[in-house]
Amino acid sequence: MPNATIIALIPLLPLAGFLLLGLFGRKFFKKSSGIIGTALLLASTLLALYTAYEYFFIYGKADGVYQQFVPFQMTWLEFSKGVSIDMGLLIDPISVMMLVVVSFVSLMVHIYSLGYMKGEERFPAYYSFLGLFTFSMLGLVLAGNIFQMYIFWELVGVSSFLLIGYYYDKPSAVAACKKAFIVTRFADVGFLIGILILSFCSGTLDLPTLIQRLTSPDSNEIKTAVASTFLGASALTWGAALVFIGGAGKSAMFPLHIWLPDAMEGPTPVSALIHAATMVVAGVYLVARLFPVFSITTPGVLEIVGWVGAISAIIAAIIACTQTDIKRVLAYSTMSQIGYMMFALGVSTYGGEGGLGYTASMFHLFTHAMFKALLFLCAGAVIHYVHSNDMKDMGGLRKYLPITHITFLIACLAIAGVPPFAGFFSKEEILLAAYQNNMAIYWIALFTSGLTAFYMFRLYFTIFWNKPAPSPLEQSGKRKIGSEARGGEAHGEGGFAMMLPLVLLAIGAAAAGFIPFGEFVSSDGKALETKFHLVFSIAPVALGIAGIFTAMWFYKKQNNKSDKLAASLNGFYKAAYHKFYIDEIYLYITKKVLFNLVGKPAAWFDRNVVDGMVNLTGAATQAISEAIKKIQSGKVQQYAIYFLVGVIVLATLFIYILR
Amino acid sequence: MMEPGLNHFLFISAALFFIGVYGFLTRRNLITMLMSIELILNSVNLNFIAFNKYLWPGKMDGLFFTLFIIAIAAAEAAVAIAIIINLYRSHQSIDVENAEDLKY
Amino acid sequence: MISGSTILFYLLAALTLTCGLLSVSTRQIFRAAIYLLFSLIGIAGIYFWLQYEFIAAVQIVVYVGGIVVLIIFSIFLTQQAGEKLAKQKTDRKIFSALAAFCGFALTMLQVYQHTFYESSESAVPTTVLNIGKKMMAVDNGGYALPFEVISMLLLAAMIGCIVIALRSKPETK
Repeated sequence: MPNATIIALIPLLPLAGFLLLGLFGRKFFKKSSGIIGTALLLASTLLALYTAYEYFFIYGKADGVYQQFVPFQMTWLEFSKGVSIDMGLLIDPISVMMLVVVSFVSLMVHIYSLGYMKGEERFPAYYSFLGLFTFSMLGLVLAGNIFQMYIFWELVGVSSFLLIGYYYDKPSAVAACKKAFIVTRFADVGFLIGILILSFCSGTLDLPTLIQRLTSPDSNEIKTAVASTFLGASALTWGAALVFIGGAGKSAMFPLHIWLPDAMEGPTPVSALIHAATMVVAGVYLVARLFPVFSITTPGVLEIVGWVGAISAIIAAIIACTQTDIKRVLAYSTMSQIGYMMFALGVSTYGGEGGLGYTASMFHLFTHAMFKALLFLCAGAVIHYVHSNDMKDMGGLRKYLPITHITFLIACLAIAGVPPFAGFFSKEEILLAAYQNNMAIYWIALFTSGLTAFYMFRLYFTIFWNKPAPSPLEQSGKRKIGSEARGGEAHGEGGFAMMLPLVLLAIGAAAAGFIPFGEFVSSDGKALETKFHLVFSIAPVALGIAGIFTAMWFYKKQNNKSDKLAASLNGFYKAAYHKFYIDEIYLYITKKVLFNLVGKPAAWFDRNVVDGMVNLTGAATQAISEAIKKIQSGKVQQYAIYFLVGVIVLATLFIYILR
Repeated sequence: MMEPGLNHFLFISAALFFIGVYGFLTRRNLITMLMSIELILNSVNLNFIAFNKYLWPGKMDGLFFTLFIIAIAAAEAAVAIAIIINLYRSHQSIDVENAEDLKY
Repeated sequence: MISGSTILFYLLAALTLTCGLLSVSTRQIFRAAIYLLFSLIGIAGIYFWLQYEFIAAVQIVVYVGGIVVLIIFSIFLTQQAGEKLAKQKTDRKIFSALAAFCGFALTMLQVYQHTFYESSESAVPTTVLNIGKKMMAVDNGGYALPFEVISMLLLAAMIGCIVIALRSKPETK
């Protein structure tokens, strides 16, 4: 039986860290906030691992099906009988998996930041924000009530805002954090409306009950939900689609992806934690959580999910091939991989063999967290050494950053899908699921995996090979002002605190593939046997290796072959380099359309009509009082006249009229 | 012409009263307002005496009321004059239009 | 046959009302005081006609000889004797006249509609002796108490006048 206290402690320990360091960090824990935050999170991670062990191996299974448990539930706000916002814990294969992923990656980031953010002025604030984020994300995955999930969803958005804007004296960082928050908030409107529709249709906000009512074929709720239509689609479809919009915003799917590259303005460990491994997969988690509802909607919302995922994957891969900022490349790579996870869910059905996509998506989430966090942390080590984000300033660093080099290579091989690293297994399952259900998406995914290998190794070769690197002494002389890494004298790779997480994550990236994921996580809880298809795997692996060699040909030695290729694809290259001008389109729509057509009239209305009414009330009162105050003129004779007339009128009234 | 009865006296009394009221409302000078008040008081006195004579000849209550009203009117006139003099000292004028200090 | 007393009564009434009207409408303040004086003398005359000699005498002594003189003193004290009084706004005059007339009409209507019941007691002669006895009587119907109250009032009025009209002492430097 799940132990509610232990499970509740998992998110509450980072919350305690947030409160402690947030309130008292500046005064008392200036140097030790890192240790405190890391210690709390170590405890949280151990508890999460223990919970996972207990759930998957001891009590979770009943008759071969993994059960959902609700160890704790408390009614927080009751709207009416049966509809209430509860705060509680939901234990389920994917929530336990996410507990492990989130707490482990967060722990790695905490340890890494001990070295990376050393000497930072607002060190305690950083760790308190990390604690807030970890708490919010853990609360999100443990949420048993859809509104509780929404609350934590917003909290995660706030933490992201705080962390992206950590360097608040940089205007670009401020703009980026605003953009992230506004875009995700805009998507969350869809999420909220979707929640309301779904809860209205099913009459409850409690997740297990909601799913059960909306998916059992003969329940009343599903009949009414399907019967009421709006513009040709049933209420259920609308609800699911709107919820997906919210998820798409948070997961940076096309076209709501514009905030993710800009979010790289935050410190690199933050990018590793939030914008690679945990927060951006919240959308995928949401779709997985509500998967039974999604799979039952007709026409299929899952088709929309699949296509949005596929389009995001390929667009991001194309753009990543042209970018020169390390973190931007990794950001687009993240978007592409999340696209993989999304369309894997999109091509899946509920239950049995058809549910392969679901398992594959979750497996890829797991492995992606490992190698993407590793990639970002290595990038952080490189940036820490070179003091610049731009690939042009890097080259030949394999001599000076050996550990970073090896771990980065492992991560790149993993993401390219080379066996026996973790990415191969998860990607192969995704491709298999796509092949079985939607051939068009399969071809897109195959092409994208080739591109993935290409741009990741472009990055690898440009950083660690290409041109010979200057010595550390020369390196420190070339430090760019205003770059993210702040540090003084010539230094080497980074201390133990920075290297340990790299090694641990590399072990994860290498070995995680061998976990028989289908045994644990599947769409309906029953174990899914995932076989290794040798013939099928040849195509993606061959494509991946071809991509690696292409990148090697272009980038291993210094040459201008890449520039010639870019010149020959001129128009397309320029469009890709400018991210297909999507940001400019948004800006145009906002400025020309929204501000002028909606904003200005609304402002006019507010200033003149609403304020005008208030002012009118004031002015009217004043005018009336000006008129009335003349009664008290101070002149005795006027008072006497009022008196006399009053008496005569009253006398007449009483004598003649009210006889 | 008729024999003067109670109604005649009441007529004179009412007429004098309302003449005094008109004077009070119209005059701009404080002293002339005081004179109008004296007219009003006198009309009341006449009223009392008439009622005493024609309705209650066996009692003298109306007479005594008149006596006391005369006494009180004298005292009140004296106090009013004192106030007028005080006002004249501060405002240098006894125009009632200038005495509007208790305005809004 | 019209008796002389009736004519006398109407003459006295005419004197009173005319002088009253003139008093409230003339623009010279001294004349107003004199018209008031004559109006009060007319009232005293009416009291004489009603054979209430004591009250008539009190009227003349107190009102005419006291109050009107007091008013004339105050006219001199406030240096108003010479100039003409300021004119009042016409609409105020008309409105006040209208209001006064309405009140008068209302009163007279009530008076003429009401039947006054006369008491059937025999008349008590209003000689000074009877007035004095009644004034000093302490039994039922006596006016000793109001007499004392009036004297307290007169004392208060006297003190009040002195205090109000006292000129404040000049500040010593």
